[in-house]
Amino acid sequence: MSETTLGGIAGHMPKFLRRADPAVLTAFACIVLLLFLGSLYSRSFLSPEYLLQQLKVASFLGVIATGMMLVILLGQIDLSVPWAVAAGAMMACAAAAYGPVGVALAIPFGIFCGVLIGVVNGIGVAYLRIPSMIITLATNAVAQGLMVVYTGGFSPQDSATTAMRYLATGFTIPGVPNAVIIWAVIGAATVFVLSRTSFGRTVYGIGNRERAAYLSGIDTRRVVMIAFAVSGGLSAFGGVLLAGYASKAAQSMGDTYLLPSIAAVVLGGTSILGGRGSYLGTVAGVILITLLQSILSVMQMPEAGRQIIYGVVIVAMLLLYGRAPASR
Amino acid sequence: MKDWRYWLAEQRGTLLALGIFIVMFIIYTSNHPAGFTANVVQTAANKGVLLAFVAMAQTLVVITAGIDLSVGMIFLLTNCLASWLVVGTPTQTALGVIAVLAVGLLCGAINGAIVIYGRLQPIVATIATGAVYYGIGLLLRPFPGGSVNEDFADALTGRVFDVVPASLVVLLAVVLVVWVPFSRSVLGRAAYAAGSSETAAYMSGVPIRRGKFAAYTLAGLLAAIGGLFLTFFTYTGEAAYASGNSYTLFSIAAVVLGGVSLFGGKGSAIGAIFGALAFRTIGDLLFVFDFDPLWQPLFQGVILLIAVSLGAFALFRVRNRLEWFL
Repeated sequence: MSETTLGGIAGHMPKFLRRADPAVLTAFACIVLLLFLGSLYSRSFLSPEYLLQQLKVASFLGVIATGMMLVILLGQIDLSVPWAVAAGAMMACAAAAYGPVGVALAIPFGIFCGVLIGVVNGIGVAYLRIPSMIITLATNAVAQGLMVVYTGGFSPQDSATTAMRYLATGFTIPGVPNAVIIWAVIGAATVFVLSRTSFGRTVYGIGNRERAAYLSGIDTRRVVMIAFAVSGGLSAFGGVLLAGYASKAAQSMGDTYLLPSIAAVVLGGTSILGGRGSYLGTVAGVILITLLQSILSVMQMPEAGRQIIYGVVIVAMLLLYGRAPASR
Repeated sequence: MKDWRYWLAEQRGTLLALGIFIVMFIIYTSNHPAGFTANVVQTAANKGVLLAFVAMAQTLVVITAGIDLSVGMIFLLTNCLASWLVVGTPTQTALGVIAVLAVGLLCGAINGAIVIYGRLQPIVATIATGAVYYGIGLLLRPFPGGSVNEDFADALTGRVFDVVPASLVVLLAVVLVVWVPFSRSVLGRAAYAAGSSETAAYMSGVPIRRGKFAAYTLAGLLAAIGGLFLTFFTYTGEAAYASGNSYTLFSIAAVVLGGVSLFGGKGSAIGAIFGALAFRTIGDLLFVFDFDPLWQPLFQGVILLIAVSLGAFALFRVRNRLEWFL
């Protein structure tokens, strides 16, 4: 969207609107639309309690989508999210079974397991040049296998520690759930890294043209590797928070986060081909998806209907503003 | 180069997959308590063809340098649908089979239309359509159940002349009716050309869009044949999310084992079939060696990881570091 075509209208718009990405604006417009539709359905939809509750639920997806966004900005994708989430949650709970030290280390250990999965992905993508969607599918399968062996073989403790519960459901600042604060901190850190550090600029550079980034003397492989490790770690952290929220870990708890995390990033205007996108868009995407889920559950839509609506909405929105350029 | 050497080089992936499969199958049958009997072969064939059909479906799309993460869900959806429709008199059964195959074609065509004409990335588009297909499957069969024309099912999963597994005969027929004509047609060549270099193919006037669309559509059909067969074996339909997901995953493993390049333009569905049979046999090795079934997912995951890492051997042929980023 060039500025000249919009010149007439844009001239009267506030500056921040003129500079905003049309995709992000569309996403926010959809959020407003969803809130409006929801309020038609139920009065309590616009109450502060309900909205804060939504924000809390959104923060789990937000943490996971942050890692996904980093990877998508590189032009790659991370399909190991489901079992990175589950592994983070299960390993954190499992560590808690080993006395007070285990309880203290539960959260770092869970995240560490996610980072390990991410590192394997990173080695595969960056150094072995295996397409990311393939290697991450494979590590996902391996992580699943490990978890099945572990849980089936030793039947571990599956309840979350108090610290995990506090992180996910407690209140440090009255009225604002801790999970939301965590998301805000991670989000702020991501914005800082992406826009103010050389690492962040490199991520965009690699996403735009990896060869050019490499030729400029950047160690592109290290950057890709770190991005995947961070993505794995954040997925696992999301799992830890989820386990705290539900106060236990479960086998398939991550399955429901793969499509939403990709969708949130892409609906937020980040190009699936990499190199373009803002964190604000991802925030919009996460909230958009959470609200959509929430409305469907308020309407008591069965799982089948949710999956269908979900897929259709994502394809429709992508067709609206996520298309690849007409080639050649 | 002599003709036969050229042929050998072209078929290297397929022959390698065939070799792996034969070795694995010998290990499997020689350790199987019942040994190499028609029964054992029939059971193995019946399990193997399910994955073989889905792997063929995946091959068609992978050849165009795309990927279809919804094949497993089309497989599930058609399984659920078949458990409603493939029942009753022979005529009703036949109509049911046609309807199920048509739905598979439609699913594939939708994927193709979204990817090619909608210009969306295959990964995201097929994850999303996969969710839709799974949702519809769940609508059809919220709980496992349904039935199938058992005489028909038994005929297709039994043995021909008491020796050859009927499912293998069907597999062969599908190869002859779907794959061979496709790979030799203009559309098939266009699909290969699009996978190998889309820009060059476009410039040369190859009908790449039609070729890719045909590939996605036929992939839906092949996945539907797989779904039909699942119904024939189990007599029921079930919308099990994990099962659909693992078929998608295994189809990719089978494709890689079968020597089909994930970067497109190289490989054949025959290779993928042997890849699928080999993958299934390797997975079942755990049982003949009396391992705890708990280890199976991990074992299959590791095979998948090794199979995809094999692709990295191409790096040894890289002469210039810039070739990494092509």
